[in-house]
Amino acid sequence: MTIPRSRRWLPMPAQSLILFIVWLLLNNTLAPGHIVLGAFLALAIPILVAPMQMAQPRVRNHLLALRYTLMVLYDILVANFEVAMRVIGPTRKLKPAFVPIPLDIEGALPITILASTISLTPGTVSAEVSEDKKWLYIHALHTTDEAALVAQIKARYEAPLKEIFGC
Amino acid sequence: MLSTTIIIVSTLICISLIMNLLRLLRGPDLPDRILALDTLYINSIGLILLFGLYKGSALYFESALLIAMLGFVSTAAICKYLLRGDIIE
Amino acid sequence: MSITVEIIICAFLLMGGLFVLLGSFGLLRLPDFYTRLHAPTKATTLGLAGLLIGSMIYFFVAEQRLVVHELLITLFLLITAPVSAHMMAKSALHHRVKMVKHTQGQQLANTARKRQPPPSDGA
Repeated sequence: MTIPRSRRWLPMPAQSLILFIVWLLLNNTLAPGHIVLGAFLALAIPILVAPMQMAQPRVRNHLLALRYTLMVLYDILVANFEVAMRVIGPTRKLKPAFVPIPLDIEGALPITILASTISLTPGTVSAEVSEDKKWLYIHALHTTDEAALVAQIKARYEAPLKEIFGC
Repeated sequence: MLSTTIIIVSTLICISLIMNLLRLLRGPDLPDRILALDTLYINSIGLILLFGLYKGSALYFESALLIAMLGFVSTAAICKYLLRGDIIE
Repeated sequence: MSITVEIIICAFLLMGGLFVLLGSFGLLRLPDFYTRLHAPTKATTLGLAGLLIGSMIYFFVAEQRLVVHELLITLFLLITAPVSAHMMAKSALHHRVKMVKHTQGQQLANTARKRQPPPSDGA
């Protein structure tokens, strides 16, 4: 394990597999020619881009990650009905708010996933991260209690992410 | 029944395209216009999908995929330009 | 194709179309940029997902083959929609786009623009 990551023949095994599968899906075929070409691309591209890679925290708990994904998909569905009601209803009654959220998780990947989740779920959009990566600014479409909103996001999305990445 | 539904849904999407165009023309600030353009390309993906469904051909998905990718890249590029005044640093 | 499958496909298509319409309606109707950002990022993404699932079922039943492009497009949109929303919110902050008057915590926009942590009493 003393070989640096960029010198190995298979620097990113998971990404290679994803590239191979997506290539076959894009061509919608299982022809031998495409399998060979896909395998070549899946081996060559990671070797070329490996020096650009930054160290990311690894997923520790795969089962929890799957549950998190399903929960987010369900929340997206609910979020849409909520936003639909707000859009159709009277706009004068809307109480938008600009709220900072303190971040407990660190690392680019977990924060990105948290921000994306916030953007896709009930009435909130992430707007900006502070330079020290400790605060996330979000905009809420309608809220009466900012503290409750922050607590809900921290409990529902941040805590599982923290467990998944173990940081 | 399916072809009637496809026509109805296409009408809905055309109405939303017109709304996007209105926002694009009216939008008081530049970010509003970017948002309108972003929504415009996503809606046009929907319209292309419906056309593919109407013709019963899976060929149009390729163009939908291309529009999705180019649209995202162009939105990101315009936002970057507004943020920094430069696309490539 | 049986009538049940056709009804399911029609339901997915109609739901998708309605959500796309709703997203654009919100884009036209809501009062300021930040609230407008909410409608297209959420409603339009779900609407497109509905359309794509409907067409996937259609091609699966009518032509007996799995067209997976739809799945790829759905995944791609799900990944890129929040990213572009974030970038647009960021550029709006830096362009000092006005918020509606009764937005709570407006003074925070200044600290957010400079990417500083909020003042300690705001937490």
